[in-house]
Amino acid sequence: MSKSPNIFIPALAGTAGILGVAFAVTSRDYGADKIRALETRMGQVEAQASAASEKASVEAQRAAELELKIAEVQAAASQRVASLTAPAPAVEGTYGIGRPALDEEVAAWDVDVLPDGRGLPAGGGDVFTGEEVFAEKCASCHGDFAEGVDNWPVLAGGFDTLADEDPVKTVGSYWPYLSTAWDYIHRSMPFGEAGTLTADETYAIVAYILYSNDLVDDNFELTRENFADFNMYNMDGFTVDDRPEQEYAAWRAEPCMENCKDEVQVTMRSVFLVDTPPEGGSDSVMNPASIDGLPSFTAAGPSFIPEAAPKPAPVVQKAAVTQPAAPDLMEAGEKVFKKCKACHQVGEGAKNRSGPHLNGLIGRTMGSVDGFAYSSVFAAALDEGRIWDEAALAEFLAKPKTYMKGTKMSFSGLKKDEDLAAITAYLKSYGE
Amino acid sequence: MDETFKPSRRAFLRGSAAAAAGSVAGAAAANGADPLITELQDWASYTGAGVDETPYGMPISFESHVVRRNVEWLTASPISSINFTPIHALDGTITPQGCAFERHHSGAIELRKEDYRLMINGLVDRPLVFTYEDLERFPRENHVYFCECAANTGMEWAGAQLNGVQFTHGMIHNMEYTGVPLRTLLREAGADIALDKWVYVEGADASSNGRSIPMEKALDDVLVAFKANGEALRMEHGYPVRLVVPGWEGNMWVKWLRRVEVTDMAVESREETSKYTDVYADGTARKWTWVMDAKSVITTPSPQMPITHGPGPLVISGLAWSGHGQITRVDVSKDGGITWETARLGKQGDTKALTRFYLDTEWDGAPMLLQARAMDETGYVQPTKEQLRDQRGENAVYHNNCIQTWYVNAEGIAENVEVS
Repeated sequence: MSKSPNIFIPALAGTAGILGVAFAVTSRDYGADKIRALETRMGQVEAQASAASEKASVEAQRAAELELKIAEVQAAASQRVASLTAPAPAVEGTYGIGRPALDEEVAAWDVDVLPDGRGLPAGGGDVFTGEEVFAEKCASCHGDFAEGVDNWPVLAGGFDTLADEDPVKTVGSYWPYLSTAWDYIHRSMPFGEAGTLTADETYAIVAYILYSNDLVDDNFELTRENFADFNMYNMDGFTVDDRPEQEYAAWRAEPCMENCKDEVQVTMRSVFLVDTPPEGGSDSVMNPASIDGLPSFTAAGPSFIPEAAPKPAPVVQKAAVTQPAAPDLMEAGEKVFKKCKACHQVGEGAKNRSGPHLNGLIGRTMGSVDGFAYSSVFAAALDEGRIWDEAALAEFLAKPKTYMKGTKMSFSGLKKDEDLAAITAYLKSYGE
Repeated sequence: MDETFKPSRRAFLRGSAAAAAGSVAGAAAANGADPLITELQDWASYTGAGVDETPYGMPISFESHVVRRNVEWLTASPISSINFTPIHALDGTITPQGCAFERHHSGAIELRKEDYRLMINGLVDRPLVFTYEDLERFPRENHVYFCECAANTGMEWAGAQLNGVQFTHGMIHNMEYTGVPLRTLLREAGADIALDKWVYVEGADASSNGRSIPMEKALDDVLVAFKANGEALRMEHGYPVRLVVPGWEGNMWVKWLRRVEVTDMAVESREETSKYTDVYADGTARKWTWVMDAKSVITTPSPQMPITHGPGPLVISGLAWSGHGQITRVDVSKDGGITWETARLGKQGDTKALTRFYLDTEWDGAPMLLQARAMDETGYVQPTKEQLRDQRGENAVYHNNCIQTWYVNAEGIAENVEVS
């Protein structure tokens, strides 16, 4: 049935076209015979249209019959299929597949620890020992004081931040059970060497994490015996899923279909534009567009149609090149710069973001970009008049936190010399 | 039928815009005969690739941009990270394994079938060990299910963040699984299947990613799966065996499944306490929020899929899914939620699986605010961002199933936005 209107369209459009031509032609005072000829032609066209309409209605009827037939066939087929599909059968008793798990096998794999402490092995460890083990095995990612390095998890602090805009969810502030920490550390840490910690080392690390959270004194020793006595700070902070009562009850309702709002406005545009280069991955760049100049919407449609915007200039401009580097080195440098792009801009129009802009970096005084809030170590460098030369940059980028102790830059460093050379060449190309 | 002939503002706009822009489809014909048709092309003359040139075929090079992609700054290391399915470029419902998103906690491991063991222990009469071969001797089933990371769309809680449906909604895939119902294995081991019991499941990788599943779910539709879309699981999806927990958050779909332990309480592991719990504005949190509620998104047009053909016929398409069962309806709005039209479902959705929807429409060339809104068999209606925020605040991170908005400008370019 749904096809039938389409059958009419060409025939009737043809009629309309001829009628239109006829009208235009008549109004220009042609001879009467011409008009008669056109009238005859119009009669023919109308007759054709009527025949087409009849034909379409016959075809529509035929289509309806076929659809009915298809429905019958489908119903019959689905009945047959239904009688043949079934879930995997359940049998009385067992299949006798598999072999008994040996006690030592269960002991090797069944190492999980329950919130009440069941599953803990004998042993213990104190804060002092924990500090040493932590420094050796954990601090490279989690920091000496469990404060977290780069994007790696912060384990300490964050108390009373859970209701803040950016809650700091640490073992101390968020985790409801101590067993979780013990179980996870023992089973899955250190990252890249999971399963290598002894029970005593695990007790000691957990004791140290509690100490880092100011939850125990420095003479505390955690053992299997005192484990269950320890109540975590946020143990009562969780409720079991109550979406059925809180949300489903209200949201299972027939939705609005028209005039659901008076007016709609764009309140926010995407923070990041995401480039998807052919080699894979993605590059996030800040979206410079604002919500100004966008239309609002009502049931009548958009309030206006904005003029086509000029194509945005690429973020990295190569106009500022003052010292051309070898093209492949530049290309390599541009790639390496992807690691920096989330925080730094370079090129025409580069602005300060979470890091200062990098135009004219080589030769510029450290900590000297206007309007950027530097860490104190860079403020001191500015006072001393220290200059970014190639050597300083290379040393800094190899180990940022060693070269500038206290820098806010959360970047672990470039390990390869060729990356250092490439990024230096790349940054030099934006002025010295 | 009458509507077909009614002159409308829309039809008028369409006509004038088409006249102004020139008909895109007819461009070649207007400039003369199309050489692709009138001239003999190489591919119509020379021979092509022989069989076996690629024993395992990859997509043709022209499609090489349709790949999983990560957003580096989201995580500390790609070893414990996530990437995103290119859902903008796919159609239908099945996700090819090679571009289905990955989420690892300690990297994807290579585990041979010969080295694979699955242990069932805890509150069971007979602690058992199965080999991979053993699993293939149990009666098995086929089901299509979506797997969605609880953090899908998580960045968008605090506002429009990433410009691309791949990045806002790509932590999802949908495959046909072949596997043994978990209840079959529990029965084999003589498990205590009282409904107050739990199963704790863990993987063979360094993270082990242990999770607790209530017995009722374990007996219902959980599968111990070893095939996806007809072939072996990919390494990155848990080869040779993963757990499939239909409709529930992806983190519970433990990969490289090595142990199922029947317990009398939830283990409260790291992944079910410190992670995958939802912090609300008052600082309290919800736990055990396993079900992924009904959700939908328009995949085209979208920021990575602008309208390039100008005004005229336009197919708006997208995906809908619900952890509670079947999708029954999807509505689409072009004006930011003032007016809604019911879309056509590609086919009746499978339970807890992706459903494709289409709105076959005419674009008049004016800007649009595109939205989709899913309904599932329980009558649940996908909420707006505002409704979700009223309930949960902006810090929940996980389980964001809000209605997504794309602003499409007059040039057909789409952008991720938030609306009033």
